[in-house]
Parts: sequence; C-alpha cells; structure tokens
Amino acid sequence: MSSLLSNGLPTSQPAGWNSGAILEVSDLYVDYIMDRGTVRAVRDVSFAVGPGEFVGIVGESGCGKSTLLFAIAQLLAPPAGISAGRVVFKGENLVGLTDKQLATVRWRNMSVVMQSAMNALNPVTNIGKQFRDAMRAHGVTSNQEIADRSAEVLKMVGIDPVHLRSYPHQLSGGMRQRSMIAMAMLFTPELVIMDEPTSALDVVAQRSLMVQIKELQEQLGFAVVFVTHDMSLVRHFSDRLMVMYAGQVAELGDTRRLFDEPLHPYTVGLMDAFPSIKGPKVKLAGIPGSPPNLAKPPEGCQFAPRCPQVMDRCRTTEVPLYNLHGDSVRCLLHEAGGSQL
Amino acid sequence: MTDQQTAPQPGTVSSAPLLRTDNLTRHFRIGSGLQRKTLHAVDEVNLEIGEREIVALAGESGSGKSTIARLLAKIYKPTSGEIYFQGRPISKMHSRRDTLGYRSDVPMVFQDPFASINPVFRVSHGVMRSLKLHRPELSDKERGAEAVRVFEAVGLTPGADVLQRFPHELSGGQRQRVGFAQALAMRPKLILADEPVSMLDVSIRLGLLNVMAQLRDEQGVSILYITHDIASARYVADRIVVMYAGHVAEQGPVEEVLANPRHPYTQLLLSAVPDPRAELNVAAATDRGEPPRVIDPTPGCRFRWRCPLAEEICATVTPRLEQLAPQHDVACHVAQSGAEVKAF
Repeated sequence: MSSLLSNGLPTSQPAGWNSGAILEVSDLYVDYIMDRGTVRAVRDVSFAVGPGEFVGIVGESGCGKSTLLFAIAQLLAPPAGISAGRVVFKGENLVGLTDKQLATVRWRNMSVVMQSAMNALNPVTNIGKQFRDAMRAHGVTSNQEIADRSAEVLKMVGIDPVHLRSYPHQLSGGMRQRSMIAMAMLFTPELVIMDEPTSALDVVAQRSLMVQIKELQEQLGFAVVFVTHDMSLVRHFSDRLMVMYAGQVAELGDTRRLFDEPLHPYTVGLMDAFPSIKGPKVKLAGIPGSPPNLAKPPEGCQFAPRCPQVMDRCRTTEVPLYNLHGDSVRCLLHEAGGSQL
Repeated sequence: MTDQQTAPQPGTVSSAPLLRTDNLTRHFRIGSGLQRKTLHAVDEVNLEIGEREIVALAGESGSGKSTIARLLAKIYKPTSGEIYFQGRPISKMHSRRDTLGYRSDVPMVFQDPFASINPVFRVSHGVMRSLKLHRPELSDKERGAEAVRVFEAVGLTPGADVLQRFPHELSGGQRQRVGFAQALAMRPKLILADEPVSMLDVSIRLGLLNVMAQLRDEQGVSILYITHDIASARYVADRIVVMYAGHVAEQGPVEEVLANPRHPYTQLLLSAVPDPRAELNVAAATDRGEPPRVIDPTPGCRFRWRCPLAEEICATVTPRLEQLAPQHDVACHVAQSGAEVKAF
C-alpha cells in the first residue's frame, strides 16, 4: 500500500522540496525553558510522512517522542516551545500559526488520539455529547447529520451506537480507547497522530485495537504517526520506524529492514530487550545504564555511555545522521558506509 | 545461601510449600440497598509457592491477581478460605510479634517506583527504618553494613554512595531496585512483586528481572511475580499460574504451560503477545479483550462468552482444576474431556 513511499523518501529535505508528503518535519528543535536552565527535548529532528503511510516512533521515556508528537500537533504549552524548525502539513507551515488558524486544520485534517482515554474523555458527559461538541466546534450544525455521523464512526470501530448515550465509566478501557479513535475519525482526517493509544490495555485488547487501526487505515487511507515505547507492537503494522534517543533520531528506516538488520547499537539493544515466548530461553541483559539527563547531555554521542561498541571518538564528536540506502542512522560505525545528511 | 544441597529444585513444589492458599476467596460489595451486588474478585483459589521459587501470576486487569497479592500481604482479609505460611494459618496471627514477623517474611514491592518511595528522605531512610523495626538485634554499625549489602545485592553499587541519594536522583530502574533492596533487608522468605517492571522502560526491565532471578538463586528468596507480560514470566519464573475472572484457569511449570497451553484463555493470551520474530496472527484478533463478568456471576465457566469451543456444560458447571499432565492443571471442561484444545 505505502511501500512505494516507505523506501524512496529521503528523511531530510531542503526547504521548498515538494515530495507529495502530507507531513514534513524539518530541523525541529523543542526546548523546555525553565528557571534552572533549558532542556532541549527534541534536537534536530527531520522526517516526512507520505499519504496513507504508517510511521512508528519508538523510544524510552524521556527520549522526546511525546514532545515531538505534541510539537507536530502544535499542542505544546509553556515551558515547552518550538525554538527552531518547521512542521509542514499539506504544504502549510504550522509553526507560529494562531489557535484560530490551527482550528481549521485540527480535527478536520489532522486528529490526535491521546495515551489515556480515561483522562481524555470527559467523565461527566456522555460519549454522544462529546462527539457533538467536536462537530459543532467545526461548523456542523445539523443535529441529524451529527447523530448519523456519530453512529457511523462508532460502528466503524465496532461499538454499538447505543453507547452514544453511555458515560465513559460505563465502557471498558478498550471501548473507551475505541471511542477516542472513532472521535478522531469524525471528519475523515488525512493524518492521525497517536500517542501510545494501547498502553493502558491488556495484550488481547491491544492486539485487537492495533488490527482495527490498521483496517481503518486501509479502508480510509489516512496516514498514521504512532508513538510507542514497545517496538514489537508496531512490527507488523508500521511501514517505517523512527527510533529516538535523547531527543534525537537514532535510526529511521523501513520497519522490516530495521528489525532484520538494525544499524544503531541502541536499536540492537532494544531488540534484545524483549524476551520471547518461543524458542530457547536465553539470558538477556537489556541495555545497562539509563538514558542521559537532557538538562546536562553528555558530549559527543548521547548513547556512548551505554553503548557496547563505543569508540574513543564517540565521546567527543557530535555525531551526524548518515544516509544508508535511503535509511538514516546516527552512529560513527556507519560513517564509512553512508553519506552525511 | 549455604545449604545449596538441601534446597529443593526450583520448579517443583516440595511436600510442604512455603505458602499455600486454601479456597482463598475475596468478594467486594458494590452498590447499596436494592442495587447491592457482589463482585467476585478472587474465587476459591488454591495457590502454592515453594521454597526458592518464582511463581508468575499472570492474567489481564480485573482477573484478581492484585487482589491475591493484597490478600497475601494482609492488606485485605479473605471473605473465606485461608492462607497458610510455613504451615501456619495467617488468620490466626494476632500478636504484634506474629504480624511483624509475617510482614518481614513476606514483604511487597510495588508497581510504581515513583510513588512508593518517600521523596523527602534519602533512600537510606526506608531501609534503615525497616532494619530498625524488623531486626532490632543489629547495632547501628551493623545496620549500616547490612543496608550496603542489600543495596549491592540488587545491583546498586557502590551501595554506600547510592544510600545517600534522594529518590529524584535515581532513575526508575534504580528506584525499583531500591524497592527490592528494602524488601531484602528484612531477610524475607517470599517477596510479593506486583507488576514490578511494568512502569519501567523496556531496556531497563531485563535488568530488574535478572535481579529477581539472582535473589532466588543467591539469597534463596521465593517471589510471587504478578504480571500481564507472559514473555517476562517465561523469562524469569519457574511456574506460572494463569488467572481469569478470579479463577485459576491453568497452572504448571512455565515452559510446559507455554509450550502446551490447554486452556483456551491461555492460548488467546499467548496468541496476542506481540512477537516481532513471528508472523502476525490476525485470525484471533476478533477477540476484543472485553473484561469478564464477575459481578454476581452464575455458575459455569467465566470464559465461555469468549470461548469458541464452549459447550452446554460450560454454561452450567464451573470447571475445577484438574491435573492433565505432570504438575500441569487446567480448569476447562473441553480439555478435561480429553479433546485437544485449539481455540486460538
């Protein structure tokens, strides 16, 4: 479906580059400006998402993945702010737009599904009313139209429309998360941004929701940016995968390639961090140490203090992204094989 | 541990288990007046934990696994049934000495390492307090040495240095190690670990799981490892107990159960584990993972609404655990009838 895009797209484009991508993030920096100093949570991130493409963003807590997602949706609130870079959605740079200008884009063309449906849904009004609010806010006034569309999207995610009259507490975790996704579908957006939508669910509900998202995506053709800490979850669903570490892109590439031949030592470490339920039982070590404190990032490669293949140069050299056959990786081990981006 | 020879093999329950529950049941009343209902969180669970054994208690949210941990920690009183620790019923432990003794034999490690350590004290505070309370025979100096020992036993090195830190100076993985060190300071027999790694990043989790295995192998501690992550259960546990809706669905040695799951629910759980090394099993994805009905349940198998193999008997008779292979017990009418179960 989107394999066409997943292979050929360069990861960083010069300004004005016309790729047909619906989302282009270029040279993005996000800072948290606090009294104690500035924390750079997202550092020089560039990537593009093609129409109908599923891009997974993977990383540990504090790697900047959620901040990046908030930056794309222009939902950052002080002390966080975009200090440089562009977020171009359908040819329009969203950075610096006012809320009023953003309102025409949000929900209609781009919608966001948050991590915890428990907190994202209003507990004191029923589901139907929350759907109605969203539609009214975007100019749909006909009650009939609202009722029809609400029922339609709920059916799409496999929930009986009688639940439009249900309150969030009357639904299971899985159903709440499904109704959040239904709400994101109200205007048939072209891009849906998801922040760990399955993290509060059990494995069975989680798998069912992932399959549902994929089905909806194939049916309606929207693109997905999916943030998760669990890379095994997106293995079967994403076209491309971006691995983030300490606010930077560590590796970005075709999902299958990334799983078969991971390039960055951090990606390799992440892969070895999952015990399997099949095959021989082997002792695994995970990745020793913990991610750097972004208020005091180490010099050189951010992963160097934990890296099993660290070289002396890694601790002093700022490592650029290297391009290897269209995929990119930030590691000196691949300096020779790739061209600098 | 010095007596390596006499210690029973992990994975087998010796004739006198360390802890045993007898028809352990806990119900909660919900609603009031005519709306009064009973939620069956845990129903007639018979659980055994042997010496130096890690038992994984697996199941989805609402299956009753945390309720069991709280019953074992004496936070809840059972509605009926009994818990025997080293052969003694714990409901008969009334004196302060007995209670203190039980609490130091069976400490708990909590899920959230960010909420379970007091942020205004150095991390030494918790360990020193429990040492003072539970091991009053130690002198000040011995207490300090013991605190360093338990910190280093869970991989917090150098112990003396880490003890002086404040919780906010430690990462999530390190804090959870502090939780295990605090438990270890009491010289426990059994640590109740309720989802100890689920809040941690994947790259950190393995380190903690390895600490748990080390505690078993080097300190001779048993651990009840409560989790919804089957892969981590396989990695660290000797036996697994799969719960569904307050009942034990299946239990046995972890390799045996995961290689030959006989309960349809275990099969469903296993099929849903994201495994990057395997192809996606979409066929079973039709199951939505809706929570079980445990409010005023009627007799019958509680999994029957989701089970593709359910028969008439499943709606009327609650299946009991029956041994179908050595040490491998299954509560399923279909499996017990001798038929091969292949639900998912």
